[in-house]
Formats: sequence, C-alpha cells, structure tokens
Amino acid sequence: MKSFRKLVYPYVIWAVIMIGIPMFMILLYAFTKDGNSVRNFVFTLDNFKRFFSDKVFIDVLKRSLNIAILTTVFCILFGYPAAYAMAKSRFKIQWVLLTTIPTWINMLVRTYAWRGMLDNKGLINGFLGMIGIGPIKMLETTFAVVLGMVYNFIPFMIIQIYNSLEKIDKSYFEAAADLGANRFQTFLRVTLPLSVPGIISGITLVFLPAVSSFFIPKLLGGGQYVLIGNVIENQFLTAGDWSFGSAISLIMAVIIIISMYITRQIDQKISPEGGNS
Amino acid sequence: MKKLLRRLYLLIVMIFFYLPILYTVIFSFNSSKSLSVFSGFSLQWYQKMYHNKDMMNSIFYTIAIAVLATIISTIAGTITAIGLSKSNRVLKGVVQQMNDMPVMNPDIVTAIGLLMFFSTLVIKKGFMTLLLAHVMFCIPYVILSIMPKLRSLDPNLLDAALDLGCTPMQALIKVIVPQITSGIISGALIAFTMSFDDFVISYFVTGNGINNISIMVYTMSKRINPSINALSTVIIGIITIGLIVVNVVPAIVDRAKKKKSI
Repeated sequence: MKSFRKLVYPYVIWAVIMIGIPMFMILLYAFTKDGNSVRNFVFTLDNFKRFFSDKVFIDVLKRSLNIAILTTVFCILFGYPAAYAMAKSRFKIQWVLLTTIPTWINMLVRTYAWRGMLDNKGLINGFLGMIGIGPIKMLETTFAVVLGMVYNFIPFMIIQIYNSLEKIDKSYFEAAADLGANRFQTFLRVTLPLSVPGIISGITLVFLPAVSSFFIPKLLGGGQYVLIGNVIENQFLTAGDWSFGSAISLIMAVIIIISMYITRQIDQKISPEGGNS
Repeated sequence: MKKLLRRLYLLIVMIFFYLPILYTVIFSFNSSKSLSVFSGFSLQWYQKMYHNKDMMNSIFYTIAIAVLATIISTIAGTITAIGLSKSNRVLKGVVQQMNDMPVMNPDIVTAIGLLMFFSTLVIKKGFMTLLLAHVMFCIPYVILSIMPKLRSLDPNLLDAALDLGCTPMQALIKVIVPQITSGIISGALIAFTMSFDDFVISYFVTGNGINNISIMVYTMSKRINPSINALSTVIIGIITIGLIVVNVVPAIVDRAKKKKSI
C-alpha cells in the first residue's frame, strides 16, 4: 500500500522543475534588473517604478481593465437570460451541449472568423449595404475587441449560471408562489440571489482571460490596439526585456488576485448561503 | 408566449455562437477572395493550403504534439493520481498547489515563465520545448479528472487483491486502473483538446519554424488570406469528428452490449 506513495515522487520533481522554477524566475526577474543574465542579482523596484511612472503604461492598464469589466458585464447581461431560458427548457442537455461545443473549437480560429464578418467588405457590412446602410467601420474598434471577448468567454458564464440555477430546490418557487409572490418578485427575491454563486464563478472565468488576452485585441483591434497582454508579448518577443516583462505580468497577476478577492467578498455579502461557491 | 420568447432568445444566442464557424467553413469553399459574397464553389484555397509547406507542417505538428502530449500526460497523470490517493495530506497539498498554478494563472504568465526557463537552460526552442510545455499543462487536468474516481474507490479492493496474491503492480493494473477508466478517458480527452487548441503557451515556447495551427493562423492573419479559412475548416472538422466519436461510440458500444446480454 505505502509503496504506491512513491509513484508521486517523479511528478513532484517534474512539477518543481517545470512549474516551480519558471514561476520563481518571473519573481526573480521582476525584482532584478540586469538584462537577460542571471549572474549578478541586484534587488530593485525599478521595473515597477518604470511602469507606474509612464502614462503610456497606465493608460494601457486602464484600457485593459475597462475592456475586461465591459466584457464581464456584457457576459452577465446576455448570458443570464440564456442560462435562465436553458434551465426552463425541456431540452436542457441539448442546449448545454450546443453551448459548450464552440468552446472546444480553437479560440484563435473562431476569433479570426470575426475578422471576415466585421470587415468593411465583410459579411455584416455586406448585409447592411443591401439595405442601404454603411459600410460601418467595425474592425479595429473597441466594439470589435469587446465583441470578440464576449463571443469567446460567454459560454463559460452561461454554463456557470445554468449550473447554479439547476441546483435551486424547486420547492422554493412553490413556497414563494404560496406566499403570494408574483413571477417577477420570485425572480428578484429567490432565483437571482440563489444564482449569485454561479455569476461569481462565471466572473472568475471571464474576467481572468479577458484581462490577460492578447490575441483578441491584436486580431480584432488591429496593431494599434494595445492591452496589457500585448505589452507583455512585446517585452518578451520583441524588446527582449525580461525584467520589465516579468514585472508587468506580476502587476497583472496582483490585479487579478485583488479582483477575485473583491468578487468573493461581494459573494459572501449577497448570497444567502454565505458564498460557498 | 413566454416560452416562445425564451426559445427565440436561445436561438439568437446559438446563431451568434455558430455563425462565425459556419461562415469560416462556407467561405473556405469560395471561388473568390470576397469576404461577403459567395461566388461559387471551389477548392482552390485547399489547394493553396496543400501546396503551402508551412501550413501542412503546422497541421502535422499540431496533431503530433497533441497525440504525444496526451499519451505522456495521461500515463504520468494516472500514476501520480494513484500515488496521491495513498499519500498523506502534506504531499497532496503540495502537488495540488503546484497543479493550481498553470490551471489558475493566465496562460501568458505560464508561457513567459517557460520561455525564460528554456532560454536560461539554453534548450533549443522547437518541437521538444513545445512537447514539454504541453505535457506540463496537461498533467494537472488529467490528475483533476482522475482524483474523484479514486476517492470513490473502495480501499478494501486493493487489500483483497494483495491478499489474494497480487503483486502491487498487478493490483494496480488489474484492479485499480479498470475501476478508474472513465476518469482516465475524460482526462485524456481534456488533455488532447487543451493541447490541440493551445495558442498562447505554444506561441511563446516554440521556435525554429516549428508552428502549430494556432500560431499559423495568428502569424498569417495580418493580410486577408482565405487559405486561413481552409486551415480553420480542417481544425473544425477534426474537432467535430472527435466530438462525434466521443459522443456516439459509447452509445453504440452500450447498445452492442445490451444486444449481447439479450
């Protein structure tokens, strides 16, 4: 029996090397400044100072947060009714399957498809042209970037909300009806609060990739559209400044952790079960 | 009326989901370069793709990496998960913490960590680094999908096997593995699609002209090029076939079993 424990050791070694060391290197580089050599460490906060003292980077950070928040809000607004309709439908499993299938198909491929649709000579403007409107410039706008993100991430939100709606005990609705609540009141006082855990885990699954995405802004926003992920990409693949790049990704990670913490706090305040999501 | 409204809304959502995919597939057969008018059926973009060596190589590398990464990570993940089920809390906690990192972190963070790691060790970026990276981010998912199966396993089974004279190795293969097969299969499937669809990590750790399909689409997307649609359609086709196989084959096997029992 105990001999089976030895089976874990190879993976522990592997994980320390392949997961632990790379993560440690990000920390190391973020707090040192010596180009790309590891030989002499000098602890410094210069990389962070450089980021926060440059208006360009602050603007990028603000824009990334704006886009990620917009994306999350739209995912809730459009995803909630879809999840609600799915939970009420007779063909639940089929709808869930139809919602998850697109997520199995390569994100890049699906994002690229929108380029052809949003282009000035693309499908949508072609239709608009037929009824005498446009062409409206859609590609390389904030609209296109947010649309691309909502398109990629909304299935996660829908599935999470659907799961939490499915978990609600049906007798709650009967109780609410018996106590004289109309449908709207039942939704507002029973259904919505009980589905908050689903919304919260949906936010986690949408906000995190939205903040760090760099190919959606590049494909749909054009080369000028820079989000924080694009800055990190540039630092590593073009500028070759590992220290600064590491510092930026650390800043991004901290922002993500803080926002997760805030959403969890909100969850604990709102949801009746005390947020055991 | 309300039902109709709900159905209509779901229908619109599904159109939103599937229109871009359909659009890609349909326009990959377009005879012109137009993005909005389908001017006739042709296979010219597939021909162009077929004659483009980089594109064909990217299809090969994507499949090769996905298959290898799936096999390696499934075996390693299964062994580790079985070991973990017999480990103490400290070891379990450590492995879980480690596994959480690539699962929870944004891909780009994992990617730059690996990039710096490989470059510092002066490992030549290419097929090997790509494979190592894919194995690294697949194993946690395999472990995650096997652990619940192991937890619901009766611990007496193993004791019984050992009492009846199995060596630990035999007990492992003949008793434990058959009980957790469904977990292993779903872990392998997740690993395959994670590897097959990966862009961000691959993009950072590859080099020397070794590209997968996602990197190819990304680098070629600067100009309008309908052969990207052809390449995309190939990916969509492979995944669709895979999904059908995964969903239909078990049903057929079930039916065959039922027939036999009758």
